[in-house]
Amino acid sequence: MSTHASRLTRQRVRSAWLFLAPVLVVLALVAGWPLLKTIGYGFTDASLIDPASAKFIGLDNFSYLLLDSHWWAAVWNTTVFAVVSVALETVLGLVIALALNAQFPGRGGLRAAILIPWAIPTVVSAQMWSWMFNDVFGVINHMLLALHLISHPIAWLASPDTALLSIILVDVWKTTPFMALLLLAGLQMLPQECFESARVDGVHPLKVFFRITLPLLKPALTVAIIFRLLDALRMFDLVYVMSGNSRDTMSMSVYARQQLIDFGDLGFGSAAATMIFAIIALFTAVYLTVARVGRER
Amino acid sequence: MTPRRIKRLIGRGAFYLLLLVIGLYTVFPFYWAVVSSLKSGSALFQVEFWPAHPAWDNYVAVFREQPFGRNILNSLFVAVSTVALSLSLALAAAYALGRVRFRGRGLLLAVILGVSMFPQIAVLSGMFELISGLGLYNNLLALSFSYLIFTLPFTVWVLTTFMRELPQELEEAAIVDGATPFTIVTRVFMPLMGPALVTTGLLAFIAAWNEFLFALTFTLTSDMRTVPVAIALISGASAYELPWGNIMAASVIVTVPLIALVLVFQRRIVTGLTAGAIKG
Amino acid sequence: MKLLLPRFLTMLLLILVGSSGAVRAATLSISCGAVGVEMRLCRQGVEAWAKQTGNQVKVVATPNSSTERFALYQQILASHSSDIDILQIDVVWPGTLAPHLVDLSQYIGKDATKQFFPALIANDTVNGKLVALPWFTNAGVLYYRKDLLKKYHAQPPATWQQLTDTARRIQNAERKAGNPRMYGFVFQAKGYEGLTCDALEWIDSFGGGTLIDADGKVTVDNPRAVAALQLARSWIGDIAPRGVLNYDEEESRGVFQSGNAVFMRNWPYAWALGNAKDSPIRGKIGVIAVPAGGTDGHQTGTLGGWQLAVSRYSQHPELAADLVRYLTSYAEQKRRALAGSYNPAIPALYRDHDVLAAVPFFGTLYTTFEHAVARPSRIAGSKYARVSAEFYYTVHDVLSGKIAAAPALATLQQKLTRLSRGGQWR
Repeated sequence: MSTHASRLTRQRVRSAWLFLAPVLVVLALVAGWPLLKTIGYGFTDASLIDPASAKFIGLDNFSYLLLDSHWWAAVWNTTVFAVVSVALETVLGLVIALALNAQFPGRGGLRAAILIPWAIPTVVSAQMWSWMFNDVFGVINHMLLALHLISHPIAWLASPDTALLSIILVDVWKTTPFMALLLLAGLQMLPQECFESARVDGVHPLKVFFRITLPLLKPALTVAIIFRLLDALRMFDLVYVMSGNSRDTMSMSVYARQQLIDFGDLGFGSAAATMIFAIIALFTAVYLTVARVGRER
Repeated sequence: MTPRRIKRLIGRGAFYLLLLVIGLYTVFPFYWAVVSSLKSGSALFQVEFWPAHPAWDNYVAVFREQPFGRNILNSLFVAVSTVALSLSLALAAAYALGRVRFRGRGLLLAVILGVSMFPQIAVLSGMFELISGLGLYNNLLALSFSYLIFTLPFTVWVLTTFMRELPQELEEAAIVDGATPFTIVTRVFMPLMGPALVTTGLLAFIAAWNEFLFALTFTLTSDMRTVPVAIALISGASAYELPWGNIMAASVIVTVPLIALVLVFQRRIVTGLTAGAIKG
Repeated sequence: MKLLLPRFLTMLLLILVGSSGAVRAATLSISCGAVGVEMRLCRQGVEAWAKQTGNQVKVVATPNSSTERFALYQQILASHSSDIDILQIDVVWPGTLAPHLVDLSQYIGKDATKQFFPALIANDTVNGKLVALPWFTNAGVLYYRKDLLKKYHAQPPATWQQLTDTARRIQNAERKAGNPRMYGFVFQAKGYEGLTCDALEWIDSFGGGTLIDADGKVTVDNPRAVAALQLARSWIGDIAPRGVLNYDEEESRGVFQSGNAVFMRNWPYAWALGNAKDSPIRGKIGVIAVPAGGTDGHQTGTLGGWQLAVSRYSQHPELAADLVRYLTSYAEQKRRALAGSYNPAIPALYRDHDVLAAVPFFGTLYTTFEHAVARPSRIAGSKYARVSAEFYYTVHDVLSGKIAAAPALATLQQKLTRLSRGGQWR
């Protein structure tokens, strides 16, 4: 009996690996090999226009990178962007999710409407908002001036102070729906008994939120936040389309691309790209450790 | 009116105000794009909340100046093939990772998830070499293939989570009946995974539809471009002109079907995301 | 019997030689335009040549944006692909792409090259190799509102100081008269190649040199360049909107064309658009050369324009060179000037009656092209992209007030000198 069972098990394990093989092969090809190639190039002085004549130069690219103040400015921009936009998205997403969790006429319609920003391709959103942010004939300045909230037009994308903020606003607009949806799903999965008994006991809704809802929602929140943070750290499309290679808003990916493609420096660009990957991996490791520690507690 | 009644009314009022603000906030830029798309020439540089002389010129121009119809079909082809590939590959992998116990299972899942950490720019040059090595440059299949790098991780993860929740009894019954793992996945589990498949399929579709950097790098001619690249590269009659009217028109054309799609499936999305909680 | 074999062989040989004419009909692919008029004119040109020579030509639509096209070309040339035989390249690319381009002088006689603007031929000659032929040219010019200058009794400015004073006067008067959004001067000050063009004009117009001299020495740090940048800095917030720091060609044109600016620096393309039927400033635009820095400066304009080059990996380099020769010939450039207002790269065409009758504006442009200043792309070679980026980032920081002109240029001088590896630029 046991040999039959173990043969079955072995058969299952074998078929499991067979089932896994396609995914693993594909990921090795599209992710594994290119990443290794890039890391490899990071140790050479390869140029885009003539990659074959590359020479090994050890850690030169990396040391130059770590001493480059523009790289650190890009890291700073990316970090600020990631933290602020994910924080805003979470709060706003939560508000919207709570609102949509309630019953009211036209709920389906509003639920569909909030998905509009998410459905629009990033490139398109970037163009639309750039147009709205234009300082002379953009509609945002027009409305703010009409409401007397500002005295003269703000150059949203030009001033170093407001440029990053503008991009953050667009990202928040674009991704809040996704957060809201995830959190709404999470809310609808919560056991209703706790809320029922809280209502019967006459507990204040705000207390209900902070003492019951939020803690129960924590797993969903954690997952949503980590995915969004990873996406935000790798941000490219939005920054590139809205403000090109401007140093005030340059994200790490934009920096790497500029070195790689605009300057044709395959070696240095690859080193920068490798560094981005390393930073993200490090961040993920730290986050998971903290989250696990939190959960154990 | 009792104070309690008044408080309730104010609460209601504030709630509806909040809903209005949310609605406006999400819809206004799209509305503005529609308005801009109906204006032409110098009228674009005026701020009006409804065009004085609305015209369809820009919409006509979008299809005339570039093979936009073809671009839309390209995007559709790439998105659908990406979804088909992701779902079939991930379903198989999810069975292995969700139902079979073997050594290294957790690590593998972590590695697969870890791929979603890769910045696109870090794999760009290597992927370009791979694509041209396979002779797929300027071919839509290059995109379907390369998009798997970001659709596979979350698809595998979501499907694995769902697979884990499916009842053991069904599988045991099937094994007793002598079913092969393939039959188990396709005949027994797949029908039960409807919501999950729809959710991940939709997410993969939108991710593929949206993608910009790879689509820009791996295509050469304008008839091979996908929609985001086509929109980003829309230009006017001369090298410097940025025809905002055309860009907005193209944006509207592209967004309306996506919104329709999402409208149709929005219940499914939420159901799919919540179905994981329904234990057998 | 003995004679049959040689006769047979001769016949075979004749058949082979005779048929090789038909076999040689090749298909070339050319990247020469993205949309609209540019695409149409190119297509017509290559089709005429194709019919004439019995070959076929495929027009490949590449991205319209310069930077994207450059990235694409680098990709294609680096992979030694023969996907594109003839490339339309920007005036600043010969230095970087030269190793992958065919030396056209072996196919094109010396006399043929004499007909072009010498500055363009010099620009397209890298290390003694003629890697491209000039197709059409461009130079920065100054647009002004004829009606406003007339209303306030001002002359078109000959120096930057005059422009500043006139712009300020008219701007303030117009604002008082009820147009609060009127600005004196708009230009391109976003951090991109366009800013390199604008800033080079400022520096050169003051006599401050062209960033790198012909011997490869970095000359950007000098008192005249400092003065030029200080003046430009003073415009921001005064006669130019702060938003100009994020303007490219289209955005500055938008402000000028909607009637909200007195002066604009831009490329010649804005003329036709400004005089279009629905333009609010139709018929009110004047054009002159970019002003001089002072009495010891000179009028200038940054050289732009596009050239045609042949890829070294083309399977039919000789045919491709012939197509290039055809497309850049007097007759074809004249046709493009008449049909699309493309500025010819051949001086003689600016004296051609038909051309001047169709586009009188060209008369004004001619002197600008003669005195145009070229960006230092040839001398900086493959490092030009980095040089330009360092330059426009520095200028952008000066304009936005982050750093003063003098220390900024000193730092830039150091950076570029280090990049140049002692003036060798290898």
